[in-house]
Amino acid sequence: MRNLVKFFSRRRSWSLPYVLFMAVFIVMPLVLIMLYAFQTKDGGFSLDNFERFINQPEAANTFIYSIGIALITTIICLLLGYPAAYILSRLKPSTASLVVMLFILPMWINVLVRTLATVALFDFLTLPLGEGALIFGMVYNFLPFMIYPIYNVLQKMDHSLIEAAEDLGATPRQVFGRVVFPLSMPGIVSGVMMVFMPTISTFAIAELLTMNNIKLFGTTIQENINNGMWHYGAALSLIMLVIIGITTLFTDSSEEGTNEGLL
Amino acid sequence: MLYAPIVIIAIFSFTESKVLGNWTGFSTELYTSLFSGGVNNSLIDAIKNTFIIAFVAATVSTLLGTVAAIGINDLRYRKRRVVNFVNNIPILNPDIITGISLFLLFITLGITQGYTTVILAHITFCTPYVVLSVMPRLTQMNPNIYEAALDLGATPMQAMRRVIIPEIRPGMISGFILAFTLSIDDFAVTIFTNGTDGLETLSTYIYADARKGGLTPELRALSTIILVAVLVLLIVVNYRSHRQAKRAAEMEQQLSNKKLLRR
Repeated sequence: MRNLVKFFSRRRSWSLPYVLFMAVFIVMPLVLIMLYAFQTKDGGFSLDNFERFINQPEAANTFIYSIGIALITTIICLLLGYPAAYILSRLKPSTASLVVMLFILPMWINVLVRTLATVALFDFLTLPLGEGALIFGMVYNFLPFMIYPIYNVLQKMDHSLIEAAEDLGATPRQVFGRVVFPLSMPGIVSGVMMVFMPTISTFAIAELLTMNNIKLFGTTIQENINNGMWHYGAALSLIMLVIIGITTLFTDSSEEGTNEGLL
Repeated sequence: MLYAPIVIIAIFSFTESKVLGNWTGFSTELYTSLFSGGVNNSLIDAIKNTFIIAFVAATVSTLLGTVAAIGINDLRYRKRRVVNFVNNIPILNPDIITGISLFLLFITLGITQGYTTVILAHITFCTPYVVLSVMPRLTQMNPNIYEAALDLGATPMQAMRRVIIPEIRPGMISGFILAFTLSIDDFAVTIFTNGTDGLETLSTYIYADARKGGLTPELRALSTIILVAVLVLLIVVNYRSHRQAKRAAEMEQQLSNKKLLRR
């Protein structure tokens, strides 16, 4: 008992409950995804689930299609978000913080309600639901995630660098291309990641925006899990995890690259 | 543009029409029916469940996360890095992966899914954000103050209560608010852990409702109320006395940062 009291009077021991909690609720579940993915229904190690994914054109096609949609969404968000962030960073701080607040406010409304509102907007304008609606809805939902990190980087940027470039005779275009844009790279990278990762994994949004006509990878995973195909569903989740892992690694290394460039 | 769908919801919350986008004259019928129990019980239950789950999950996360942060802050560098890495997993993982991994955990352990599993799942993805909100307060704190308290004869417990807790309280509060809003907003994790007994939160209710074809009209009124409440809250926070406003704005910005990090 005395030992126990002594043990918990050391502050570092206070992390123990949460470490145990994380082991059970964060690490173990991920290990389980891997275990389930490499098993068949009757247990035993096998690669059947992955073979099935490759041999079944439907799932593999959905997978490629989802990546395509996520890429398009990310590119549109970047094209819309960068200028918006740039303009925001030029505003007076008080105005800018108001505008940022206005951008974030819609995020307090449930995603599904916002998505249904988008459906209503398309109905209202008598536009057809489908691929266009899907991309619009995704861009609408994820645009703030692109604007915010870029805005943050641009705002914190040292303006004397721009003035220095101007003094040294750079044209506005050169200033942007050689100074502002490279310096905002970390913001772009985290914005791209914050848009790409959620778009690749959405399921409900896609269902509602296309009247269930277009299936994304997330929906495929959800259907398999719901229909009791846990092992196959786990294998598909593992594939998604790998893609996300690769994206994270890629962005991490490119971020290091930009930091080195700065030095 | 960002606001078009939301404005539509707000406008059409003042008409009785069953279908969103069909104006049948001004009326506050939806609001009265929302408050006088004109809607079916399952919606009321879903609202109740949402708030109970959010409250319990946010409270437990705040306690667990605060204790954990105090412990982690005192860990040696290498261990601290490992713990922080695992802590970031639920933040970086897409909700669908977190949901499925926890689903597999509960299946494997043979736990019947319902209230308990949803709350455990929400604690799992909320606590990392609490840890992240409390941590900066701890690292900024002068470690000598704690040592001084001990030298002056305080027991470790007294030093904790009188010195550390007051210092990190703002972080705890913003962590709690963040956890609460994340829990209310969650859909993907809930849908995989709510079991088959028909436990619904607002999100899963809306999803089921939308799949059946139409949104319960009263939800438009509810969304509008939530939006106005948030708007008023933000305005009040912005226009309070100078020092408080500054602190609140800081907190609000922290909140928005993290809100954006999510999903």
